[in-house]
Amino acid sequence: MTAEGKPVPVPTAETRHYWTACREGVLSYQHCLACSRPQFYPRTLCVGCGGARLEWRASRGLGTVHAVTVVYRPPTAAFRPEVPYAVALVDLDEGFRMMANVVGGAPETVAIGDRVRLVWEQRGDAVLPQFTRAEGGGR
Amino acid sequence: MTTRPLGQRARITGVGDTAFGELPGSSVLGLHAEAAAAALADAGITTREIDGIVCAYSLVEPHLMLSSVVAEYLGLRPAFSVALQLGGASGCAMIMQAALLAGTGRCRHVLVVAGDNRLSGMSRDGAVAALARVGHPQFEVPYGATIPAYYALVASRYLHEHGATMEQLASIAVTMRRHATLHAKAHMRQPITAADVMASRVIASPLRLLDCCLVSDGAVAAVVSAPDAAAGTRDGRVAVIGMGQGHTHEHISQAPSLTEFGCHDAARRALGEAGVRPADVHVAEIYDSFTITLLVELESMGFFERGGAGPAIVAGALGLDGTLPTNTHGGLLSFGHSGAAGGLTHVVEAVRQLRGEAERRQVRDAELAFVHGDGGILSAHCSLVLART
Repeated sequence: MTAEGKPVPVPTAETRHYWTACREGVLSYQHCLACSRPQFYPRTLCVGCGGARLEWRASRGLGTVHAVTVVYRPPTAAFRPEVPYAVALVDLDEGFRMMANVVGGAPETVAIGDRVRLVWEQRGDAVLPQFTRAEGGGR
Repeated sequence: MTTRPLGQRARITGVGDTAFGELPGSSVLGLHAEAAAAALADAGITTREIDGIVCAYSLVEPHLMLSSVVAEYLGLRPAFSVALQLGGASGCAMIMQAALLAGTGRCRHVLVVAGDNRLSGMSRDGAVAALARVGHPQFEVPYGATIPAYYALVASRYLHEHGATMEQLASIAVTMRRHATLHAKAHMRQPITAADVMASRVIASPLRLLDCCLVSDGAVAAVVSAPDAAAGTRDGRVAVIGMGQGHTHEHISQAPSLTEFGCHDAARRALGEAGVRPADVHVAEIYDSFTITLLVELESMGFFERGGAGPAIVAGALGLDGTLPTNTHGGLLSFGHSGAAGGLTHVVEAVRQLRGEAERRQVRDAELAFVHGDGGILSAHCSLVLART
């Protein structure tokens, strides 16, 4: 994959820890110490109870595809060499949902309910979490 | 829920629109002015009588203060001015804002106007790229999704849970196009078949080109008047009898559900305020950015049972003589979609239906209309119930 021209996430104060952890190979999410709710994406307060006592936890990087589409018409020229590619909403086993690509294998075979595991993509200065079908979870 | 006497309801006294489609040489402000002039003429009033203005936004000319710019362009000196941004919900939300001003006597005549020329004013790639930035810059945009892709995620989940077919989605596009063939101003008037839809190229699976709305140039305006001020207009019979909003998220990855959305609460609030049920509605004008959008909204808002909309639509439910004539102008899928003006086309069509001015598209005896807009990825919702009094 070429990273040229593709958007590279620019960390903000509340997401810097997350992106730094990604560079160290850790997918982190927030856990509310008041109501025990897992939270993604990182924020300064808990969207469940409004509490500000949030701690970072590390995900095991295993999840299930909740929804998936295969993009044929990309948003920008930078993504054109990649089409068709799968964009999915993945429910991590720790109880939070995130968007990512499901890479490896034919994108049209990615299905709702597929088990996926975390892989990493280096893009510019950033490291992006991505997913691929877990062993035995693909079709 | 208290229902107020009809005499205290704000009225939609004027509607106007420009042509929709490719309008080379058009400008954002020129389109605003043309639609505004048409709405004022329709109401039978002049710019001097406008004391409130509600605008939205333009991608082509991203002014920081669009309502001030439009007011200046038109020579207005309003007592109230605001521009709001709720994506596709803007049209209905602008009417709601205006009706709140006029219904309380804060303003007598509020001009609501939106328009853009994304088709001729920016490249197709530019429009696709600009709209894709609706996604979260750090947690969605890097993954290369587009607006159709975000809605395709919703479609994938709906198809998974309810076993709907692509034929059912296609029949929505076919119905919208059939209605647009009856509207002289519609962007797309060439009839299409379900086979055409299912043979069009895949944009983001399962959505194909003809499952997606158009990108058009065009502008739409309305005049919303206080009940007593409506008496001095050409036709003050259409009242806003119910309004409601619902909001659950902005980014699709944060949506609490992919099959139930804020439209549920928006419709419940609007219908409740009006004191009517979905079955009472004679004509519906509901946001249809994609075929799947209309399908999930119809069910989430209670017009059909879960999983029931698809088969009903194939059987003709949304046609002019169906059980729920919907998007009688052709909707965003075929009449056209011009930014915030897109959602206002639904309002304009509802008013024309209630007045009996919809020509060949007229739904017989239409006295109660439901209008709905959604912005973002089924994120921001606003519903209106309009009645001929």
